[in-house]
Amino acid sequence: MSSGRRILILGGIALALWGMGYGLWYAVFAEHQALNSIGSSLAEAFDAEAGRNPAAAETAFSKYTEAKYIYERQVDVHGHWIGLAMLLIVIGIGFDRIKFSQRYKVALARTLLAGAVIFPFGVLLQTFNHGPIPRGIAILGSALVFVAIGGIVLGLAARQSSAG
Amino acid sequence: MPFYQSPDAENTKEMGQDSFAPLSARRLLVLGGIGLILIGMLFGNIFAVFVLHQNASRVSASLATAAHAALAGDSSLVDASFQDVGSFLENRGTKVDTHVHMIDFGYLALLLAILVPWTAIKESIKRRLAWLFLTGAVLLPVGVFLIHYVGLAYSPMQSIGWASIFADLGGLLVLIATLGFLLGLGKIFRSQVPLAGQDGLLQDRSRTGRILLAGGLLMVLAGFLHGAYYAGFDLYRHEALDSSILRSMGKAAAANDARMVDRSLEAYGLLQGDKAVNIAAHAHIIEFGLLAMLLAFFQPYVSLRETWKLRWACVLIIGSVLLPVCVLLELRYGLVAGGLADIGGLLVIIALLAMWIGILRYTGQLDAQSGDVR
Repeated sequence: MSSGRRILILGGIALALWGMGYGLWYAVFAEHQALNSIGSSLAEAFDAEAGRNPAAAETAFSKYTEAKYIYERQVDVHGHWIGLAMLLIVIGIGFDRIKFSQRYKVALARTLLAGAVIFPFGVLLQTFNHGPIPRGIAILGSALVFVAIGGIVLGLAARQSSAG
Repeated sequence: MPFYQSPDAENTKEMGQDSFAPLSARRLLVLGGIGLILIGMLFGNIFAVFVLHQNASRVSASLATAAHAALAGDSSLVDASFQDVGSFLENRGTKVDTHVHMIDFGYLALLLAILVPWTAIKESIKRRLAWLFLTGAVLLPVGVFLIHYVGLAYSPMQSIGWASIFADLGGLLVLIATLGFLLGLGKIFRSQVPLAGQDGLLQDRSRTGRILLAGGLLMVLAGFLHGAYYAGFDLYRHEALDSSILRSMGKAAAANDARMVDRSLEAYGLLQGDKAVNIAAHAHIIEFGLLAMLLAFFQPYVSLRETWKLRWACVLIIGSVLLPVCVLLELRYGLVAGGLADIGGLLVIIALLAMWIGILRYTGQLDAQSGDVR
């Protein structure tokens, strides 16, 4: 098995297991609390408005915004890690069809794996810090994925034009 | 790609016919996997047409009742309305989960079907693992679908009903089967056992396979580009709007401004629609891209004339692009775009069904050759 294919298939399986494990942990220990927090803070806010208590309503709306922000990113992290893992495995299976030198193919595989790990990790960091650094990490990860997939498309096209 | 040569006699033959023998793990996973994807897509289409929009209207109506109850200072009606919202969202969530899990398990089955010959496990154990996987892959979505209807009836637990228990059991079966295959794959990577034969599936370089692979990869790339655009330009704006609209709805209720409450409700509905179409378009084009790439590997098993294989591949790609593009246009062009999106989904289903029938024909020919037909 070629190195590039090995990196993508083993990396993809490891990432899928990590993403599933993360999802399981989140579903068991955090998701219900997050959903309760979203629902209860929204109801609390409207209750406070019904009771003509704007300060309590503002606090509850802030709680709702923060809980929803974190929940949506947690779900995105889980989904993207697993989705990217499946893509790594599928590309790994067809990796021999790419007409580039072995060295370049390994570099493409490493770039794709790095992007697939870093992009959701950057999104996860946003749940702890709303600043620009986590966002930058997520952008870097997604840029790596783009570059690698662009390279793979070119490699496939090269194969096809030379074959056909 | 070379194969693991097992000491077991049933594992030593060349791929081609033997790896797709009657009730072999690969055959079960390919037919079962495509079957799961087909049922999941059909369910999704039915859900989109008959449940999704009606459910969204009920959620909006309950939210409106909550806002007007806040306006009237009626706290108990606010709570009751939010309970209704929770129930409608649970109904919607379990339907979406059923659709997504069934399709994703189908994808996983196809992936495992490709990897099966690389696993150092006896064919009889592979077959049992495949059955275990398929049982779990059906049990989980069916259990999730029933959660909303069964609730906590006759449940021995306080917060988890029988449907959830069976859904979790299904998930466990899938996990055990997948781990079993992965252990076999791990053994291959570690072992120095001589390898034999070539996997015909991975050697195929037919035009149909190449179109599906390249088309699929381009769809995935387009989905990523759209996701990046959405994250860069719309995500934070949508999140800020979500919060500010709800705040102004609450303030309007407190100020007894019924018109402002209604205007906020309308804006909130539009915002949710905008978010939903963007997320659905992003997810669907990537998933269809992955499906096209997976199906590219199984083209040697599709027993149809080359021209028809090519046609079905094109139909699949056209449908796969039409659905997400029209979903994106739904907010601007309404029902016309929605109808075209449904047609796109239908094209994917028809193409997939045609390929599934082609694979069934191949199994029939294979069984007839080996004298298994009675």
